[in-house]
Amino acid sequence: MADPRKFKIPIGPQHPALKEPESFSVALKGEKIKGLDIRLGYNHRGIEKACEGKTFIQDVYLLERICGICSHSHSTCFVQAVEEIAGLAVPRRALYIRTLVAELERVHSHYLWLGVAGHEIGFDTLLMYTWRDREAIMDVLALLTGNRVNYGINCLGGVRRDIDATQIKEVIKAIDELEERTKYYIEVATQEVTIIERLSGVGILSHEDALRLGAVGPTGRASGVNRDVRRDDAYAAYAELKFDVITDDHCDVYGRTLVRVKELLQSFSIIRQVLKNLPDGPIAVRAPRKIPAGEAFNRYEAPRGEDVHYVKANGTEFPERVKVRAPTLANIRSVKQMLKDRYLADMPIVIAAIDPCFSCTDRLISVKHDNKEKEVMEWQALRSYSIDWYSKRGVDFTELNKKLEEKFKHK
Amino acid sequence: MSAIFSILIFPGILFISVAALFAEFLDRRIYARLQNRFGPPWFQPFADFVKLLGKEEVVPKDANAVMFKAMPIFAFASSVCAFLYMPLYRQNSLFPFNGDVIVVLYLLTVPTLAFFIGGWYSTSLYSRIGSVRSLMQLFSYEVPLFIGILSAAVLADTWSLSQLTVFYGEHNWFWLFNLIGFAVCLIALLAKLEKVPFDIPEAETEIVAGSFTEYSGRHFAMLRLTLDVELVVGSSFLAAVFLPFGYSFGPIIGFAIFLLKVLFIIFLLSVARTVVARLRIDQMVNFCWRFLVPLAFIQLLLNLIIKGVIVR
Repeated sequence: MADPRKFKIPIGPQHPALKEPESFSVALKGEKIKGLDIRLGYNHRGIEKACEGKTFIQDVYLLERICGICSHSHSTCFVQAVEEIAGLAVPRRALYIRTLVAELERVHSHYLWLGVAGHEIGFDTLLMYTWRDREAIMDVLALLTGNRVNYGINCLGGVRRDIDATQIKEVIKAIDELEERTKYYIEVATQEVTIIERLSGVGILSHEDALRLGAVGPTGRASGVNRDVRRDDAYAAYAELKFDVITDDHCDVYGRTLVRVKELLQSFSIIRQVLKNLPDGPIAVRAPRKIPAGEAFNRYEAPRGEDVHYVKANGTEFPERVKVRAPTLANIRSVKQMLKDRYLADMPIVIAAIDPCFSCTDRLISVKHDNKEKEVMEWQALRSYSIDWYSKRGVDFTELNKKLEEKFKHK
Repeated sequence: MSAIFSILIFPGILFISVAALFAEFLDRRIYARLQNRFGPPWFQPFADFVKLLGKEEVVPKDANAVMFKAMPIFAFASSVCAFLYMPLYRQNSLFPFNGDVIVVLYLLTVPTLAFFIGGWYSTSLYSRIGSVRSLMQLFSYEVPLFIGILSAAVLADTWSLSQLTVFYGEHNWFWLFNLIGFAVCLIALLAKLEKVPFDIPEAETEIVAGSFTEYSGRHFAMLRLTLDVELVVGSSFLAAVFLPFGYSFGPIIGFAIFLLKVLFIIFLLSVARTVVARLRIDQMVNFCWRFLVPLAFIQLLLNLIIKGVIVR
């Protein structure tokens, strides 16, 4: 170390501030951040490749597992793309139920974020309170769909489950309760001195930078980027519902908090409208097993921002290509800008403020050798690399592979 | 014999250790109840302590093993020592002498320094940042804490804790003059104990566990016990200086009243750490020098005036 006051500390891949494996290498001078190196790719699961080996119907459930929080976002985005290719006319009641689950998901995601943000600034009381209240939403989701997180409500051509009058009552009860709580949290966030001290002026992303770096969702909207797929490219039932797109010009973490808590109130209003105007009719149309050749590109406003799916079908029951871009990938670039010349203490909250979901983001693995440039590896190369790596260490999979191949032959 | 008894059993190591672990339980329980959680059972801190004693101990390769291992013991010893000067059930402590107020203040500073040295010698980057932060924090809260405590002593015109309680025993309601100092010292004590909003040196979402990152096993158990002992000693110190009443009913009731006062202060500390978020180190330094120090000086000035006008 040339300058003893300058050093690099690793935040991640394992670190208490991060809920998922992710590496931030921070160059520090005293308490100030002088440089930041972000590395993705610790949680690559090969989901896109796996989609190609499964049928469209299986893919709906596989893609739902991209994210544990915005699971409905990914499955809806995919289902909408496939429906577009197949030319399916989804019944209105199904669209309304999708919207309902989507908004409930947004509420639970924003509540989760509020708690995490509280924890990152050392305000654990907020974490405990919001996560307690979040249980009401989780219960409602379990009541409507059968599951707390991976709802599995979507199917090609509609939804899997209908809702009845008693369930509507339960939802309204939970929403009423949560609306009161949300108003209380808005009061807390706008009046508690230490929260304001820790959040305002931290992680500044100017309007120009937000546009340049392509920030999406609440991160962008808090910098005055007035974009919301729900309004701009209305899907499901959003075209028939009335809601405001919340924007803010604070451009900092405080602004992002305000946008999220105010969006909660909008979500409650949307849920009420959906339940009031729920049309009668069937909840699904029959989808063909084989999807005709074609391609579609679908956008969806997930709680974290714009989620993008691209699907290409080739006339069989398997997709030719599925491409997913989770909202975090669009936002992660802005973190570097936000942390310029900030304090180390701001780092957890600034990272948390984009509501990152790193595991959902990893779409590609690149191998970084110690001295060489990084290279992108193809599937075959990756496979032979792993076989080599293990055989060098005395682990041999050739016997096992042969056995597996034989087993598949018999089938 | 009686000296050995008082050092080892009451109010020495055994009593203070049990009291400290119980105080940790209370703190955690109150914190949990205020957060709408159930909280740990009463034996949780004891179980944690025993568990840590049995854990493997890892000393980092580059660390200075002697300093690394000595610091927890150093910290623990000095904080237990400070407890011997507390007036527990009568106005006199065990070994009173003129100037023990200052000695207790310094004995309470030693653990923080020990944390700094231990963290520095463990050579981990997280520990080093944590150590530097705890030292930086020390420079900010120590001044208001000292001035707050000493202004109470100035009013009583003594540097002895026992004399101080005697004075406030004679002048029944004089402790009410020290309420500003009490508030200042409570906040400073929060910083000394490294609790929210001043848990900056061990902010887990930034630097894992600060100075304690590399510690494990027995030495970590010792460090945690030290923090708990500090909680009890700090609270009893504030109780003795700022709530100096209730010694005239004999030893048993006096001791009960003393315990109640300590519990009250622990309760205040727990509530304080429930309702706020962690500050940044620059905000903390700012807060201490801009608000706490002037308030402490106001208290000092007030006490000097009162001393000139009323006492004489």
